[in-house]
Amino acid sequence: MLTDLDPATAPADAATEVQAYLARQNGKDLLRFITCGSVDDGKSTLIGRLLYDCKCLFEDQLASLEADSGRFGTTGAGRLDLALLVDGLAAEREQGITIDVAYRFFTTDRRKFIVADTPGHEQYTRNMVTGASTADAAVLLVDARKGVLTQTRRHSTIVSLLGVRHVVLAVNKMDAVGWSRETFERIAADYRVFAQRIGIDEVTCIPVSALTGDNVTRPSEHMVWYGGPTLLGHLESVDAAAEEKLGSFRMAVQWVNRPNQDFRGFCGTVAGGALCTGDEVAILPGGRTSRVARIVTMDGDLETALPGQAVTLVLADEVDASRGDMIVAAAGRPEVADQFAAHVVWMDEQPLLPGRSYLLRAGTATVGAQVTELKHAINVNTQEHAAAKHLDLNDVGFCNLALDRPIPFDAYADSRETGSFILIDRLTNATAGCGMIRFPLRRASNIHRHASKLDKAARAGSLQKPCVLWFTGLSGSGKSSVADRLEQELHRLGRRTMILDGDNVRHGLNRDLGFTDEDRVENIRRVAEVSKLMVDAGLIVLVSFISPFREERRMARSLVQDGEFLEIFMDTPLEVCEARDPKGLYKKARAGQLPHFTGIDSAYEPPDAPEITLKGAEQGTDAMVAQVIGELRRREVI
Amino acid sequence: MLLDPLLDIRPAAREISGSGSVTGSEASLPAILTTPARLTHLQRLEAESIHIMREVAAQFHKPVMLYSVGKDSSVLLHLAMKAFYPSKPPFPLLHVDTTWKFREMIEFRDRMARDLGLDLMVHINRDGVRQGIGPVSHGSAVHTDVMKTQALKQALDAHGFDAAFGGARRDEEKSRAKERIFSFRTSSHRWEPKNQRPELWSLYQGRIHKGESIRVFPLSNWTELDIWQYIHQEAIPVVPLYFAKPRPVVERDGTLIMVDDDRLPLRPGEVPEMAWVRFRTLGCYPLTGAVRSTAATLPEIIREMLLSTGSERQGRVIDQDAAASMEAKKQEGYF
Ligand SMILES: Nc1nc2c(ncn2[C@@H]2O[C@H](COP(=O)(O)OP(=O)(O)OP(=O)(O)O)[C@@H](O)[C@H]2O)c(=O)[nH]1
Ligand SMILES: [Mg+2]
Repeated sequence: MLTDLDPATAPADAATEVQAYLARQNGKDLLRFITCGSVDDGKSTLIGRLLYDCKCLFEDQLASLEADSGRFGTTGAGRLDLALLVDGLAAEREQGITIDVAYRFFTTDRRKFIVADTPGHEQYTRNMVTGASTADAAVLLVDARKGVLTQTRRHSTIVSLLGVRHVVLAVNKMDAVGWSRETFERIAADYRVFAQRIGIDEVTCIPVSALTGDNVTRPSEHMVWYGGPTLLGHLESVDAAAEEKLGSFRMAVQWVNRPNQDFRGFCGTVAGGALCTGDEVAILPGGRTSRVARIVTMDGDLETALPGQAVTLVLADEVDASRGDMIVAAAGRPEVADQFAAHVVWMDEQPLLPGRSYLLRAGTATVGAQVTELKHAINVNTQEHAAAKHLDLNDVGFCNLALDRPIPFDAYADSRETGSFILIDRLTNATAGCGMIRFPLRRASNIHRHASKLDKAARAGSLQKPCVLWFTGLSGSGKSSVADRLEQELHRLGRRTMILDGDNVRHGLNRDLGFTDEDRVENIRRVAEVSKLMVDAGLIVLVSFISPFREERRMARSLVQDGEFLEIFMDTPLEVCEARDPKGLYKKARAGQLPHFTGIDSAYEPPDAPEITLKGAEQGTDAMVAQVIGELRRREVI
Repeated sequence: MLLDPLLDIRPAAREISGSGSVTGSEASLPAILTTPARLTHLQRLEAESIHIMREVAAQFHKPVMLYSVGKDSSVLLHLAMKAFYPSKPPFPLLHVDTTWKFREMIEFRDRMARDLGLDLMVHINRDGVRQGIGPVSHGSAVHTDVMKTQALKQALDAHGFDAAFGGARRDEEKSRAKERIFSFRTSSHRWEPKNQRPELWSLYQGRIHKGESIRVFPLSNWTELDIWQYIHQEAIPVVPLYFAKPRPVVERDGTLIMVDDDRLPLRPGEVPEMAWVRFRTLGCYPLTGAVRSTAATLPEIIREMLLSTGSERQGRVIDQDAAASMEAKKQEGYF
């Protein structure tokens, strides 16, 4: 039985009684919370205990719990294993652990609850992050016998980063430490010190036993020294309604509703602020403004839309907006930028590599994105900031991101809805990471406003069309000698040029990079960005790098406009290069002293359709230079 | 059915519009924000479900709504009408007909599609029919697998649907409590419970490769009580079988089975009796247990549910087959 309704009520009064009951239910507020903490600290048992003691279980569910406890139980003969109420997957029951989040619902006289029971195993941290992203409160469990562990700290860090507002430290298994006050107070004090360091200012500490139910829903007889609230009592009293920090209207356009020529509605969910008909709104990132003509729902038009409501807006003017745009209060706009700094929690087996291109989803916008700088990783144990070249599964980092195009957003601290994003692996489609935006790095709007009056054509003058001549080929294939001679020839012809190669880049700009995979990607990315700037400066840029991977060359090509990137393939056979071996590198590589050497134990991917192919083994340098000059004239570069 | 004034669907909006003229000028904004207006519980659930449905319409090429004719499907359909209003939902309905549904369900299904002007597709596993598969002759496990799970996969493959809505709720069963709202399926329709995509905030991620699909559960966070309360509030039509009236039943292995047509072979000594019964959940009639009841109105049904000591799944013969069977069935592609 789930209620206090009286089965004996006369039928005539029953309807009224139900109506009154339903009205009470509908008026209740909702608290979403998670249980988290280290492996086996008793999270699932605690939720099971809450459901059991709140009488939220049906007889058939209790019967199968009894049967399951006999089969899989970890609590000994004749005792219910309440964790089995929530550990619903076969693998979980067999192993006695939680693998993925379980969502359960229960109601008390005071409010409704959605609780997400999250796994303690480090391996499944991303599932804990899933639960935490929508939680108002976190119940962090600690085993009284073990105290605060690494995973307790990792979960705390995530809880803090994800902006969970209320943190409860439940010191569990008090039965196993003789209900010791000292133990509780020591752990609580320990944790408080740590919590302060990660920006959790308020922690409520409660000694409990999930096994016996002490201080879970009823005060403990064993711990009369504890004068605070029970866990449930506390959860019933914390304030549930997220304060509206934003105050200004935000709605990401999900879908454009066009039943006929005369109706164009923008569908979305109000992410912040209230909206009234007649309000002035702006459509971002474009910036056009209009007024709200109607707020349409199937139940009739509204005069006001509230945060959380799903609505369809009709605007007064024929303005264009589509999925990915955000409709906002014209007077209180979010940031619009294509670069920002954010905390990232990485959730994929493939590490996050700076410079690699991902898809970023924020609101309803999906854009290409890359981490341009991994500022540091956070050691979840010590909270120290450590330099990092990549983020592995479950790592937390702080980084700068650059997007293909500007998007509107707020700081995560101001809005979970408009300050959050996920990163998606382009190949596997996996949700690989999640992020919380801290601040914009530069305002795209400003950049447009300050766009220079001079463009690259003006800077280049009438003598040349600026472009990148990208030489690719094996070590010793002759890239540098040809590039060198070509530059001299161009100079003789009065053209403005610049050469970028390993020597002038590796020793300066890229001095901090080595030869790991992530450093190679970053090396080429920087070279490509610099060559783009030099094209903007009006120069003919000669780049000579082995650049063995097609993907990197594609990326470099994509930075400049069509026709501005000429790929020059030094097609010299490996035997010839190896015989030349000008720097003795092949010999070293063959001797095993230079691992990952292109052509020996690392692949070279030849271009599919280079603009120019030079046969390094057959032609002399002058002939090759003449060939390139001829091609540049044909393409009217010079 | 009349709306209860206590359960007005837009109390917040009413409060505000009643509080004076709302012009939307800057000056009046603070006044509105300080009004402690809050969505009701059902409004929150409704908004979340609508949000999910719109995401599907926007992210997928060819979505479909699985329509099983039960109370959850009725709510799902109602929400879809709301989500895309004034347009019609931009996807068809699909009913996987096992050929053993209650006759009243089929009548109701056809009437709903007609009244709402929606595109309804009905799929029957013809191979199964040819082999004479049925719940009585083959038992619930084989019948459910062939006529429901395999049939569903046939239909999804034949039409190339890349997203399919279902009305499952997390409060129904413990493996459902573990499932994401956007739940990824491999190209062979498998659910991998140990390797689900993280699902953060309200960012539902539906990117898939060709052949893969997403099952979508907009009612994930609704409970049975929420469903009935919403049906009551919105006056949503449901199959009359949910309301008690005298029906012909036999008691079999402790379960009341309704004799809906002459395909149910009666065992020796079994004589159908007319009894006041209703159903808490609907499926194939030989697999669905009735409960004795006189609850003939929504408040009575809700009251009975609140006072009940058993869960709604109790009436389903299919769920009692084996422990953890739901998870196994879901892995195979069952909804
Ligand atoms: N003595 C004692 N044992 C407990 C208590 N709470 C839980 N346990 C036991 O601790 C073990 C682990 O409990 P679970 O609830 O599965 O732990 P968990 O934190 O959910 O574990 P994961 O989700 O796998 O990280 C089980 O054997 C429980 O019975 C408690 O209050 N006292
Ligand atoms: Mg657990």
